[in-house]
This record gives sequence, structure tokens and C-alpha cells, in this order.
Amino acid sequence: MPYNEPSPLETRVLSRRFGRPNSAAIDTYLADGGYQAFLKAAKMKPDEIIEEVKISNLRGRGGAGFPAGMKWSFVPRNSPKPKYIVVNADESEPGTCKDRLLMEYDPHLLIEGCLIAGLSVGAHAGYIYVRGEYRYLIDILDKALGEAYQGGWLGTNIQGTGFDFDLYTHTGAGAYECGEESALLESLEGKRGVPRIRPPFPAVVGAFQCPTILNNVETLCAVPAIIRDGGKAFADLGVPKAGGTKLTCLTGHINKPGVYELVLGFPVMKMIHEVGGGIRHGKKLKAFIPGGSSCPVLTAAECEGATMDYDSMASRKSMLGSGGVVVMDEDTCMVKAALRIMRFYAHESCGWCIPCREGTAWLRKLLTRFHEGRGTRADIDLIGDVSKNMLGRTFCPLGDAAALPTISIVEKFRQEFEDHLDGKPCPYEQARHLVTV
Amino acid sequence: MTFSPQLEAKFEKLLTSYPPGRQRSAMIPMLLYGQDEVGYVSDELIEEVAKRVGVSPLQVNEVISYYSMLHRKPLGKYHVQICTNISCLLNDGDRLWERACAKLGIGHKEVTADGQFSLEEVECIGACSWAPALQVNYDFYHKVTPDELDRLLDGLRKNAV
Repeated sequence: MPYNEPSPLETRVLSRRFGRPNSAAIDTYLADGGYQAFLKAAKMKPDEIIEEVKISNLRGRGGAGFPAGMKWSFVPRNSPKPKYIVVNADESEPGTCKDRLLMEYDPHLLIEGCLIAGLSVGAHAGYIYVRGEYRYLIDILDKALGEAYQGGWLGTNIQGTGFDFDLYTHTGAGAYECGEESALLESLEGKRGVPRIRPPFPAVVGAFQCPTILNNVETLCAVPAIIRDGGKAFADLGVPKAGGTKLTCLTGHINKPGVYELVLGFPVMKMIHEVGGGIRHGKKLKAFIPGGSSCPVLTAAECEGATMDYDSMASRKSMLGSGGVVVMDEDTCMVKAALRIMRFYAHESCGWCIPCREGTAWLRKLLTRFHEGRGTRADIDLIGDVSKNMLGRTFCPLGDAAALPTISIVEKFRQEFEDHLDGKPCPYEQARHLVTV
Repeated sequence: MTFSPQLEAKFEKLLTSYPPGRQRSAMIPMLLYGQDEVGYVSDELIEEVAKRVGVSPLQVNEVISYYSMLHRKPLGKYHVQICTNISCLLNDGDRLWERACAKLGIGHKEVTADGQFSLEEVECIGACSWAPALQVNYDFYHKVTPDELDRLLDGLRKNAV
């Protein structure tokens, strides 16, 4: 039960049932107006459903931020092939732990989102791809699916609407790369999770080579509220071009870490200090990752005036990402942070594209050498060069995800690399040793 | 190869969960659920899964090597997985890792001589707001202090005896 105390600054649309007793049970969901959005959608035309999602300005919550309604509209509904709904529940972007709560506390919300997505493109089957580490969530989801079948909310002729829909859970087995949509589809077919070349995009050639809506858990969980209250109401919660709320995971050196549902466009400093209770031990902010370790790092100065939305982060050359906020205080060694992030990408690179496979391995070696005090001045530029040569040269964004934070750390915290030169031990590591021993 | 009736039922459901001719999709779930019962992905399990999904054992092997949760050797009864990724690192997850190594006398992907514990330094397990975090088999432990880690391992050792 990892849910934190809610904050009064939250706008709880998706998380409204978090922490309630028996929140995952179908009776709780039905008593709270659950599945009414599906019944409403069943009376709408597919185009009307998609239009409502477009109006809502809902953008993909997995990290890329692609407009969901537009993604849905790319599915060729007149194709003779079956269509599928695939849920990306492979949450594994470092810093991100919010889909977990949605599935734990409100599995029926996700099921209803899948049903509405199914109606919008004429899909009759869906798969929830859950990372293997989240086994307890598969049990929760399977129980919820059982309840939904029993209550007539899944299966054939759902509630007399004439609509048929089957939904299944599917487990991954440990691979960050499978959170990338095309690798996920390969994995769903029982293969190694290597990315596919695009186009064609999954909307046209997706699961089992058929047209597919593939969305993150949080994206689909937003859909019932959009249909229930209208796309405009959802859009109005956020900022232009980014509607609604975002589940934001506050992590790192912060007094009140936790998952909070905040409107798009929430000010970064207010989030850190008022929602998150400020930096731990009264320290100063040094660096900020807006949405998972793939995002370029912001300095404290860049956080001033920034808001948690796609455009504000893009204007600072970073990304809103997945909602995994990482707060780093003044005592953090940025070389060590860069190294740990790179170790992750080197471990998770699937090896399919050479710039990523080789680049991440070389960067891990360079950063390890640096952190041990054996780096040279030329290495600082080499780290930046190797990273820049990975950008845009891979099938999937993992190569970019490894390069972007590294480039930002080298550019913005170059002095810390210089402080490690000439065999000097890490200054922060020494301080840390003194404080805690 | 024989499995428990519960696992057989699970396999049967998996094999009918995918479109016709797409039974291969059941491979990874079958391997993971099978591993939970057998203890690791044995040669026998590979043969069996290959037969049931209609591919060659070599094709199964090729898939296994990609996924970090599929283990070809037996793990300890308690597989302790400690996250040291960025959010856990900032909350001293690396210290937790070192403490576990010292206490159990083993390192990354090693098993204690009595077969009770195995240890793995893992990447982000999705518990970042409750860091530092670890998993023992599939159970999550959040905001783990070094003392709590000691108590947890001592408690598990008692259970094991």
C-alpha cells in the first residue's frame, strides 16, 4: 500500500478513488458512476468519440506526449483486419511509479478506457502488457477482469449494446525496451523486444500485424472522464494544447515524495515546495528531471518560471516525459548521477542498433573512469561527442534517451567533471561519507 | 513434464488468449509462470513450452536470453532484488545494496551456499516515490532503512530454517 497522503493542491480526476477502501472492486466502481461513460460512448458514433478525445487535448502519458485523439484517428477503421487495443503497462522509466497506482486502486477505470477505445475503432480484443515485476498487479487486474466478465461489462453483447470485447493481461519478463511501443508489440508476439522500423506505425500495422491503438495506462484511464464530462471540461483543466491532469511522481531529495495528480501547467517551484514540501534537510535545489531519466536535466535557475507541461519543458529543451520527477539537492554529484543513468541505458539497450549498443557501453566506461578520478580533460568533450553521435541514429528512442540527459549534464555541470580531474576523489562522495559514518 | 493443476489451467487459458495461429504469444508468460513453479527455466521447461506453443527449443532459448527476469540457473529461495537506479540512489539505495552483499556474503546474481538467498542489483522497479525499494521474489518493500534490511533478511533466514 504505497500511496502517500494526498495534497490539497491536487486535482483528482484519475486518482479520485486512490486510498479508498475496496477501491479496486467493481461494486465500488459502479457505485461511483463507473462504466457509465462506456454506456454513453456506446450510443455515440466512432467519429464522435474520437472527436471528443481530440477536443480534450489528451496527450500520451507514457512519455512521448503524442495527441491521443489523433493517434486513434490514424487507425483505418474500414480495414478488413481485426483491430486491437494494447495497453502499455510496462512502466519502467526511472522515476516513474504512477501506472502502478492506477492499476492497483482502479483497475476498472482502465478496463472502461479500453472499452471506449475499442468502440472508437471497432476493436473487439485488447491486451494489457504488464511488466513482469508487477506480478501483484496482474493478480489485481485478472480479478477485476473476472468481475467485469461476470457483471457483463466484458464479453459478448456487453450490457445489450451489441458490442463484443475481450480483454487479457499479458506479462513481460524484465526489459525496459519493451516499454517502447514497437518493441512491446514484438514482445507481445513472443519474440525478443527489438524495435520495428516505422512507418508503418502501430495504428496501421500493430499487434499481430493488425491496426492497433497502443496507449499508456494513464492515457486510457483519462478517457472515461473525457466521455463522461466532455472533452472540453478535460481540456479546460490544463493549458492550451495539453488538457487535463498528469499523475506526477515526486522522487529524490524531497520532503514529501509521492504520486500527485496535478493539472497540466502546474508551476515547477510550487510543485517542489508546496506539494512536495521542499528539498530535504533545507538544502538547495541543484538539478531537476521533469519526467523520467530520459529527459534533459534542468538547473535550479531553469526551473524558475517553468511549468509542468509539454510546451514549457520544450522551451527549456527538455520534455514533460512520463511524470517521473527527480529532484537533486546541492550535495548531489552530477557525474555520479550521469553514470548511474548511463549504466541503466547500457544495461537496457537491446543491441539492435549499433549507435545505441556501442554508444551506451562506451559512455558507461567513460563516465565510470571519470567518477573514479581517472578522466582526462579531453574526455569531457568526448562524452558529449559520443552522445551527440547517437542522436537520431536508432530505430527507437532509447539511444536518444541515453544521450539527451548526458549531453545536458555535461553542458550544464561541466565544472563538476573538471572537479573530478587529475585523480581527485569525488568531492561529494567524501562529504557524504563524513555526514553518515 | 507435469505442472500443478493451477499452472496447467493458466497455460490453457494463455494458449487461447491470442488470435488463431498466434500461440507463440503465450511463450514469455508461460516461461515466467513456469519458472515461478520450477524455480528456474530448466531445459525441460524450455522443451515443454516450445512444444506447446509450436516453435523449436532454439527459438525459445533465443527469446530467454533477452529478458532479465528469466533465469537459466536456480535462484535462492528468496531472490532479493535491490534497486539502485537514480531515485533509489538519491536515497542511498547503493548503500543498501552494499549492506546486503556484506550481510549475505554474495554479490550480483550469486546464490548463498545453502540455496536460501540470491541477490541481484536491479534497474528501476517502479517504486521511485518510496525509495529506496527492493523486491523479495515478487513482494515489494518500500523506504527500506539499513536496519530494516537487516531485520528483513534475518526474518527470512528464520523462515527458511
